[in-house]
Amino acid sequence: MNRREFLEVLAAAAAAGLVLDSRAALAQASADALYRVPRFGNVSLLHFTDCHAQLLPVYFREPSVNIGVGGAAGKPPHLVGERLLKAFDIEPGTPEAHAFTYLDFEAAAKTYGKVGGFAHLATLVKRLRAERPDALLLDGGDTWQGSGVSLWTKGADMIEACKALGVDVMTGHWEFTYGAERVKQAVEKELAGKIEFVAQNVKTQDFGDPVFKPYTLRTLGGVPVAIVGQAFPYTPIANPRYMVAEWTFGIQEEELQKVVNEARGKGAQVVVLLSHNGMDVDLKLASRVRGIDAILGGHTHDGVPQPTVVKNAGGRTLVANSGSNSKFLSVLDMEVKGGKVAGYRYRLLPVFANLLPADAAMAEIIARTRAPYEQKLGERLAVTEGLLYRRGNFNGTFDQLILDALMEVKGAEIAFSPGFRWGTTILPGQPITLEHVMDQTAITYPFSTLSELTGAQIKEVLEDVCDNLFNPDPYKQQGGDMVRVGGLAYTCVPGAKMGGRIVDMRLGGKPLEPAKKYKVAGWAPVAEGASGEPIWEVVAGWLRARKSVPPRKLNLPRLQGVEGNPGIA
Amino acid sequence: MDQTRRGVLKGAGTAGALVAAFATGALRPADVFAAWNKSAFDAKSTADALKAMNITSAADSADIVIRAPDIAENGAVVPIDITSKIPGTQSISLFVEKNPFPYVGTFNVAPGAEPYVHVRVKIGESSNVRAVVAAAGKHYQTVKEVKVTIGGCGG
Repeated sequence: MNRREFLEVLAAAAAAGLVLDSRAALAQASADALYRVPRFGNVSLLHFTDCHAQLLPVYFREPSVNIGVGGAAGKPPHLVGERLLKAFDIEPGTPEAHAFTYLDFEAAAKTYGKVGGFAHLATLVKRLRAERPDALLLDGGDTWQGSGVSLWTKGADMIEACKALGVDVMTGHWEFTYGAERVKQAVEKELAGKIEFVAQNVKTQDFGDPVFKPYTLRTLGGVPVAIVGQAFPYTPIANPRYMVAEWTFGIQEEELQKVVNEARGKGAQVVVLLSHNGMDVDLKLASRVRGIDAILGGHTHDGVPQPTVVKNAGGRTLVANSGSNSKFLSVLDMEVKGGKVAGYRYRLLPVFANLLPADAAMAEIIARTRAPYEQKLGERLAVTEGLLYRRGNFNGTFDQLILDALMEVKGAEIAFSPGFRWGTTILPGQPITLEHVMDQTAITYPFSTLSELTGAQIKEVLEDVCDNLFNPDPYKQQGGDMVRVGGLAYTCVPGAKMGGRIVDMRLGGKPLEPAKKYKVAGWAPVAEGASGEPIWEVVAGWLRARKSVPPRKLNLPRLQGVEGNPGIA
Repeated sequence: MDQTRRGVLKGAGTAGALVAAFATGALRPADVFAAWNKSAFDAKSTADALKAMNITSAADSADIVIRAPDIAENGAVVPIDITSKIPGTQSISLFVEKNPFPYVGTFNVAPGAEPYVHVRVKIGESSNVRAVVAAAGKHYQTVKEVKVTIGGCGG
């Protein structure tokens, strides 16, 4: 059975309303159907990003709300559900439709099983490398953070796994939240000789000296290829600045152009940006910087089936984004002729754990690094009756659970939870373990807080975060989602200007009073010197007191002015 | 090995003395500029400051380039570069429009010197930064927005 036939069988089964048993569904086709990617051209790159330390297979629901504003409206990555399937010509009811969308999530997750996991990813990497022996494996960062074990080992578990996976080059973002010293130590000692950490946009505050190598020049298939690194430009703003006090970041477009020119000058025939900008920033950057053949991007966790081709003064640049949670692996094959990229083939392959047998060596590494924490992580706190997920512009059910726990435990009328895009999904009926809670909360500044804020201050916070999401200039966005809000009802006008996006704020039906003080609970403060009980303890305690957690009632803002936007389901 | 200049300086035991950033305040004291334009520095809007400096109009120019972060990492010290490619540039003035006192200062460019300045200024809230260049008796300007945010919540 070839890939098309395989998809047709599954589509027919779905259309007939069959809920397929996962192994049976997937057994109908050999993994070859989905994972047969014949080599094209002479230069191959493999890319994953934002795995957030998920070493084991997980469920991960893609967003049903991912609104694009201004020039981004209705264009990838701001397409969800059926609109995404249509734009990329993906058959509904297929494994790929499940991988790329939230559609019919619970049933499809049961049918196709878990995704990702480094042991399964390792098998896929090996399979692709068998045909592409000199392919480079690139890691876009957000690798050392996102799980209990990665937090407690300061990323050491991930470094070991990435070395075994055969990562060649990486850049970073959440890595920096372990502090500058830890990052330097890891880069100079643990990664040395195996993984090159590149970032052209991280400089010292004092003299503007480079902190990392800006790029690496490799020869693949006889072709010199430069991989330029772009760390998350707003690390000291979105995360605590004190962690990297002596470093400055930013997009650094002009510096990037110089680096690209330098690499070309040294003979690079292909220049690729390994980027943690987020896709909207990458799309703008690609229109302005010349000489980049492809941007393999991350940060915004967009699983985009095909790259966007952006024209600029120097030619064209492919802009790809490879999803999150080790759920996807990008394959970019390029044909380089006469010193130029003459053609390309791109696939964003979903990693289905049931289709790819676990690599034994990797499975052993994972088991060994988890062993000291296994018992603690396995604690069953409660059973969820509803689907728990995070991803989406405004709220997710797991965030709602965190907000509910915060308000109840802290005695607050209102709660805020950061608009992080990492965090896995739990199906109804599954036990919520401590590991699941850590998957949503494992950060180095996990303090929970209770503050008194005036109505005016609350409005200011919401406007500020909303502008980071909906500023029409992508360079002024930070790539996270809207702060999740508990207790407070409001209306959001994404297309308005800052100051006018958050309207009609109400608490218990009454308008919020600008001068009145309200009790607001939150977590993850970026200010230095903050303290408070770690959020995972607040949530775990709240869960332990319940045997079963009923479905959460999502507190979502009323949206105005975005009717018909294909970024809303 | 630490190859940054800070590292080299630390190694040489001379760190700390060479950080070449101008703070806003450093430009204010009267002893720095004999002809300190008090009314311009005290003005609460860019328009009033320009008036006090006898600048009645300034033409928009693409030959002035402001390099500043799109989003400030730290509003208390925002690095800003200004370069003028206008022939005969005599001075470069800088304004942070939403600051309580927008006028930051004026840099006189000696004949033959490169019209380039680097400053670190405090920016209280998201604001346009305006550079005004004097050249051959005329004035030119350009503007760039710098966002100042409360931070947190990044993906």
